[in-house]
Order: sequence, then C-alpha cells, then structure tokens
Amino acid sequence: MPKLMTPYAQKLAKNSKKAKQYEKTGPWIEAWRRLRRNRMAIAGLIILLVLIICSICPQLLTPYGPDEQNYSEAFQFPSLRHPFGTDNLGRDILGRIIYGARVSLVIGLISVALSLVIGGLLGAAAAFYGGKTDNVIMRVMDILIALPSFLLAIAIAAALGPGLMNVIFAIAFGGIPNYARVTRAAILTVKDLEYVEAARAIGAADRRIVFRHMIPNALAPIIVQATLGVAGAIISAAGLSFIGLGVQPPTPEWGSMLSSGKQYIRTNWNIVTFPGLTIMLTVFALNLLGDGLRDALDPKLKR
Amino acid sequence: MNDPLLSIRDLTIHYEMEQSVVEAVNGMSFDVFEGEAVGLVGETGAGKTTTALGIMRLIQTPPGHIVQGSIRFMGEDLLQKSETQMRKIRGNQISMIFQDPMTSLNPVMTVGEQISEVIRLHNHLSRKEALRQAVDMLEMVGIPGSRYMEYPHQFSGGMKQRVVIAIALACKPKLLIADEPTTALDVTIQAQVLDMILKLQKELHTATILITHDLGVVAETCDKVGILYAGQIVEFSNLHEIYKNPLHPYTKGLFGSLPDISKKLTRLKPIKGLMPDPTALPNYCSFYDRCDHRTDACKQGEPPFVEATPGHWVRCKCLTGGETA
Repeated sequence: MPKLMTPYAQKLAKNSKKAKQYEKTGPWIEAWRRLRRNRMAIAGLIILLVLIICSICPQLLTPYGPDEQNYSEAFQFPSLRHPFGTDNLGRDILGRIIYGARVSLVIGLISVALSLVIGGLLGAAAAFYGGKTDNVIMRVMDILIALPSFLLAIAIAAALGPGLMNVIFAIAFGGIPNYARVTRAAILTVKDLEYVEAARAIGAADRRIVFRHMIPNALAPIIVQATLGVAGAIISAAGLSFIGLGVQPPTPEWGSMLSSGKQYIRTNWNIVTFPGLTIMLTVFALNLLGDGLRDALDPKLKR
Repeated sequence: MNDPLLSIRDLTIHYEMEQSVVEAVNGMSFDVFEGEAVGLVGETGAGKTTTALGIMRLIQTPPGHIVQGSIRFMGEDLLQKSETQMRKIRGNQISMIFQDPMTSLNPVMTVGEQISEVIRLHNHLSRKEALRQAVDMLEMVGIPGSRYMEYPHQFSGGMKQRVVIAIALACKPKLLIADEPTTALDVTIQAQVLDMILKLQKELHTATILITHDLGVVAETCDKVGILYAGQIVEFSNLHEIYKNPLHPYTKGLFGSLPDISKKLTRLKPIKGLMPDPTALPNYCSFYDRCDHRTDACKQGEPPFVEATPGHWVRCKCLTGGETA
C-alpha cells in the first residue's frame, strides 16, 4: 500500500531532506523550541536584544555623547535632529536613553545574579539538609520578606550612600528571600525522586548530588523567577535614582533622567515621557519573556 | 566452602516515627556467596527494600536506624564504615537497580553522561575514556552505542531499565542488588530484562540479590531463595528445596495461592488475614494469627531459625518441636 501523503506529511518530507541527519535534542533545546513558538515571548526577547546591543555599543547608535551639553539646543521637542528632543542642558534624550541601557541592565542583571546565588544556595541548603537548618534559614528569610523590599533598599542605599555598587547591593539584598523560597520549593520536589537516590547508590557525594542532579532539574522555576526579578530590579533602581539615592547624575540613568526632568513636566513633556516609556517597555519585555519561559519550561504544558 | 561474599547477621532496622516505631527488619540473617543469585520474596511491607537499602547504608536517618546486627561484605563490616568509605563501595563493589526505570534516570543528563558518571566516580579516567567505556556498556545491554548522547525520555521503559542496569554494572561490582527490577515493566519486557541481568551476572561473575514479590521470576533466575515475612526470613534454602519441599506454613500458603496450570481450579486459596502491623509486632511467632498449624507452643516466644535439613533454614516452632505440620 502506498504511503498516505497528507499535505503535512509532504511538508515534513521536504523539510527532513534539509534537516541534518542527527538532530540534537534535550530538555533545554525542546524548551527553546516551545519558547520559539510563543510570539509574545519572542517579541520580549527582541526588545531585550535591542537593549543589550544598546548597552554594548551605544556610541555606534547615537552621534551624541551621554554628557554632551549644547545650551543653544536646550528644551527642544522631538525633531529629526533629536528624535526624542533635548533636556534642560541641551543633551539629546535618545542618546542618553541608549547610554542608560547599560546602567539599567547592569544593575538589573548583577543584582539578580547576586541575590540568586545567595538566595539559591540558602534555599538549596535549607531543602537539602531539612530539619533545623531548614527552619533557621527559612525563618530568617521570613523576617526579610516581612520588610517591604523597596523600603529595605532605600534604607540600605541611604546607609551606604549613593553609587552604582551600593544600589546593586541594596536591591540584591531585598531579593534574597524570594530566590531562597523558590529554590527551596524546587529542590524539595526533586529531592525524593528516585534518580537522586540512584545517584547516592552509585557513590556520589552530597555536593555532586546537589549540583549535578538536583539543581539542573530544579532550574525551571528559578529561571522564570530570575527573569521576572530583573524587571523588578530595574524598576527599583529607577525608583532609587528618582528619589536621589541611586546612580547620581550626570550618569545617564533612566530613573535619574525622570527625576531631573520632573520640574519641566508642564512645559516639556518629552523630557520625562521617553525615559519613562523606556522603563515601561523594558519591564514589559522582561515580563513577556518570563511568562513565555514559564510556559516553555513547564512540563505539564508539553504537547 | 569458602567464605561468603556477603554475610548478614541479626540485622534489625527500625523506623522511629513520632508516635511509634516501625519494626521493618527484625533479626535478618543470610549469606550470599560469590557469583550466586539469591531471591528475596515477600509481600508489600515485608522489609525487602529496607534490607536492600540497609546493605547499601542508604537508610534515611532519621527516621530509619540500623539498630543491631552486622553486614559483612568481603570480610569487613559495612556498618563500621564511614560515609566516605561507603561512597567508594557504592556503585563500585555493590550496585543497586531501582524499581522504576522511569524515574531512576536523571532527565537532564544524557544516558552516556550518566553511565560515565559512575565510571569516573570510581576510576581515574579521562572524560573521553569514561565515555568510551559507557558506550561499551550500552552495547553490552543491547542498546546501540551511538545512542549514548540521547536523553532518557527518548528511550522506552525496557530500554531505560537496561540503561539502569548498565549504570549498575559499569564498574563490574561484586554484588548487585536488584530491587523489583521488573515490577514496572510489562511481561514480555520483564523476561528480556531478567535474561539480561542473568546473562551479565554470569559473564561478570556478579553475585545478585533479587528482590521481588513474584515467585515465578525467582524460579526462573535464582539459585537460592529467602522468604520474608514481617521483617524476618522465615525460610531460606536453595531454589529446588523451597519449591519442592516448602516447610514453613507461610511458604506453603504462598504456593497454595498460586494458580496451577495443570489443575482445574475455580478459586485460588489465599492466605487468610493480613500481615501484622509492623508498629506492633507480637513477641511470639509473627505468623501465628494466620497459621493453619499453630499450637500453644507457638505463643511461647519467638521461634528460632533452625537448619531443618542441610542448607534449608526455617523459622517455625513446629519443626523444632518434632512434629512436622
């Protein structure tokens, strides 16, 4: 009997000729395939890629330097020469936003990385050892979580003084309990699975079991939490800068641009609107990506 | 006869819960000689898995505690070993196959990585050399070596169990503990996997403890059989003796409850009653309440474990009292 060739089967046959003989698969590659089908997540990813390019080579994207002042061109509205207009010192707003991407991304990524590592290790230790260790670690985390994280960041930033590293530390500190909780929950779900016991039965040591067998299998919710966390960190950083505790002017930072432009909001809307929109867009993109990752990494939604 | 490879004496394992103590294994004693296959048969909760984990020293503490006894492996007491020493033994000299192949492989590691992991843990080999040996092991269990870079979800259940076997045998252990290796598989695959274990066991001269509740599986594979009941071995002998001449009333009951293809029966004969609650075991014979041959003497203390005929051990009063049931 001849093989039934539906249109779909024909398409597959055509594609398989092009495909490599051996296609690499694995849980992460399959997650990427699922993510790729999610248009919104890809849109978020593209926005992020643009921001990353901005932060890597801003000088290629704008002719203006971040601090280049030109008093003869102060308070201009959007035009071809200055697409987003200029601020009170005649600096090009688009240029400053492009340069500001680096600061915001650095703060977002490093502070999340910091709290992820600390919180993750604490959570993993709590889940792995259980009992008293678990209790002590998680009660301390509960205390931290009881404090509003932005208030905590304000307090730390005020105590340490403004500056990039201090802002990163202030934001990272408030994030620790979140990652500790997520990691602990994720590790607890894999802790009693048979392959962890099987790893023990082949003579693997505790450290190896945690890092090779538990964490890679518990990574999915942690990645989602971290992606959404970057968005939160960027907002917090902008907030700290806005109230003058964050990165100090003249460093181009979106929050401090908002802050210095707020007195002109009645006459020159563009000075605050564009940095604000950029913050919003960035956070939106990160949230889209985070949601997409959650769907892609959730094994229950596998088709 | 030379010394046994594994000699368990009076092993007692309790799980200490908040409200009660679960007496999972009570005074278990048996020997395993080099290259031989011993079947441990018992119903759910008889202490089969606990015994296996006890030999591996993998009982979770708390709640589990090895209360007393000794486990001598190659002349050394495993219970005296430190955790570091035990790690060198696990996977290297004693390996274990778990019940469910679906969950006993790590889903984010390729099978090649998982096999070479155990090789590299116990031998000083380069990554490449370990991977080459892992491919050899895959071929040995009948999986094309080219599939070493595939992930567990790309294999069927039977193939996964073969990968598990490859991991267990990768370091050519002296002793293999197979904890219900075929329970999660369907019958045709069961036979394949059992044949595989047997073949490799002969090839590598590995002693095997096969834990199961399936008397048919034991009949096909084992040299000696121990029947477990309420954490004790009630009868231990070679395969032929147990099947032809069961002495303990529980063993007889087990065979009585099997369907016989040559006889026409409408109903099977089950053993009435249930196993005693392991948190409240009696201080006399634990089978007393279900036994058809019980006497008043049975209520006077624990029955001793005696050698009824050479090599055939039974734990029953009716044999020591002289009158055979």
